[in-house]
Amino acid sequence: MPLLEVDNLEVSFGKHQALRGVSFTLEKGERLGIVGESGAGKSMAAFAVINLISEPGRISGGSVRFDGRDLATLPPEELRKVRGDRIAMIFQDPMMTLNPVLTIGTQMVETLQAHREISFAEARRIAIEKLDLVAVPSAEARFDSYPHELSGGLRQRVVIAISLLCDPEIIIADEPTTALDVTIQAEIMALLIRLCEDTGMGMILITHDLAVVSESCQRLAVMYAGKVIEEGAVNAILQAPQHPYTRGLINALPQMNSRGGLLTQIRGTMPGISELPEGCAFHPRCDFANAACKTAIPELRPLGAQNVACIHAGALKETV
Amino acid sequence: MHLLAFLIRRLFQAIIVMLVISIIGFSIQSNLGDPLRELVGQSVSEAEREVLRDQMGLNDPFFTQFARFIGNAVQGDLGTSYFFKKPALEVILDKFPATFELVLAATIMIFTLSVPAGIYAALHPKSWGARLIMSASIVGISVPVFLTAIFLIAIFSVNLGWLPSFGRGDTVEMPWGWETGFLSLDGLSHLILPAISLASIMLPLFIRLIRAEMMETMRTEYVRFAWAKGLHSKRVWLTHAFRNTLLPVITVGGVQIGTLIAYTILTETVFQWPGMGFLFLEAINRVDTPLIIAYIIIVGLIFVVVNTIVDLIYTLVNPMMKLPGAAA
Ligand SMILES: Nc1ncnc2c1ncn2[C@@H]1O[C@H](COP(=O)(O)OP(=O)(O)OP(=O)(O)O)[C@@H](O)[C@H]1O
Ligand SMILES: [Mg+2]
Repeated sequence: MPLLEVDNLEVSFGKHQALRGVSFTLEKGERLGIVGESGAGKSMAAFAVINLISEPGRISGGSVRFDGRDLATLPPEELRKVRGDRIAMIFQDPMMTLNPVLTIGTQMVETLQAHREISFAEARRIAIEKLDLVAVPSAEARFDSYPHELSGGLRQRVVIAISLLCDPEIIIADEPTTALDVTIQAEIMALLIRLCEDTGMGMILITHDLAVVSESCQRLAVMYAGKVIEEGAVNAILQAPQHPYTRGLINALPQMNSRGGLLTQIRGTMPGISELPEGCAFHPRCDFANAACKTAIPELRPLGAQNVACIHAGALKETV
Repeated sequence: MHLLAFLIRRLFQAIIVMLVISIIGFSIQSNLGDPLRELVGQSVSEAEREVLRDQMGLNDPFFTQFARFIGNAVQGDLGTSYFFKKPALEVILDKFPATFELVLAATIMIFTLSVPAGIYAALHPKSWGARLIMSASIVGISVPVFLTAIFLIAIFSVNLGWLPSFGRGDTVEMPWGWETGFLSLDGLSHLILPAISLASIMLPLFIRLIRAEMMETMRTEYVRFAWAKGLHSKRVWLTHAFRNTLLPVITVGGVQIGTLIAYTILTETVFQWPGMGFLFLEAINRVDTPLIIAYIIIVGLIFVVVNTIVDLIYTLVNPMMKLPGAAA
């Protein structure tokens, strides 16, 4: 049984659905990449996994099976014990993630003390150890610093150190490098992957960048308009994408276009959650769309080694 | 180093503010009433008046008179009260403890009530308790202070007979001649109704301010991150959200507490509280110009001091702020 099994997760804001069915699995120590256009619901999916959707949004369907329990329906106190301890999260913008009026040390020690019976001195020792681990220079001094005294890259290292404090089984990283200078993006990414490999920690990596996923993850989930439309092993999907949208994404990548064909952009734009078309949300942009696509929303179904939500999926093979 | 630069800069600002207030005070003096009539009465002839006028320097050019006024003021001489026949500053400072304790009691009430009420209303905006607090605060904002005062007197003094409705009651003498009402039961019971009236002016405002700022911080990324770290709700609410709520509340709140001093004029008059505000209104009735000016200058000074203290507290709470004005 997988460590984490997200099944048909839905999130609603009033009558609009921001997530319309997110499904994926993660084995212990595995890394999953979630890709999709801006607004596809990647961040929403990440927060829904730890059941941290802010009002007025709410989880309106589906389940998040983690270690035999459903996080979507877990009582608040049980949920609190999972967050930060067994599943940690890194946010997109390190400039906004840390509390400006508390020292780095305070924000680290409180995390440990929320989950362990531990003295301040012991918590401080662990905190400095983790700061060292993520290569924060002069960690002892940084322990007493305030966030504004640190650069963006350093702050993201601190955030990563915080997420590592309780040795979580899964770390969710929501575009951990997009807010950083290009020069340090690769550094932070390499750090995360190394930490996962060294500790056997699983990761859900949210990114726009399919190339990053292909280098660092074993599994891939592609999201479109609040739904996972293709999910499976990275290699399988990259070699034989089954969903027309996934194919479009891959064809738009220079590195992936090994056949030397033309780089093609998918025409049109993704609809917002209040303007979804009938049937398959992708059909207005899809070259394979027919009458059936305009009426029924396709389910995510197994096809070969992966899962695909497209009624043409099997038949598409010949046309690749 | 920062502190020193801050204090110097603040001192400079204070001098400018006090200078402006002095100009206002001085122009009141030279336009309101005839000091000569107050001093010598009607029986003196016009020729004699003119001599006196010359002696007192009332015929000197404007700037000379103003310079003399400032010179005296700096030495603590704000003139002699016509009515009390004593230095105006002395008369005012005699009443300072009464007003200070009234404002302090009201401030403590405002703080201890608005913080829990504001936090509660922010965290449970849809609950009945929050709705009650918010509608009560709208009513509170729109009721004028003297109505509140009269209402309180009618219920607690006249009907129930629980609390006295005027005066300060027994006071205890402290070092430097400070008369305090805090140390006697009678003094405290006299303090309750005036302090509630005075607090009622700012309480709704503070509750709404704290609620709004708290709701704002609850939506920030760092509060979300605090939840993601698995912290207990109390820790997220109080340490992460409320600490950040405090910053804007202190800035706005500090100014408002200063404004409370202005409201003491009304409150003290209704409760015949022997403070500076009551004295000020009496001084206006008697056209006791030196006393009026002394009051204005003292209150101006209090404003400057309060604002400086508020800024200092702000920098203590906010690590990102160097002391205002001290930045290189
Ligand atoms: N508070 C909200 N109320 C209503 N809709 C919301 C709210 N927050 C987000 N959404 C909608 O949910 C959808 C998913 O947003 P999300 O932030 O998860 O996208 P994303 O894939 O992470 O995009 P990006 O790559 O830009 O981070 C968006 O269409 C957004 O409009
Ligand atoms: Mg996002």
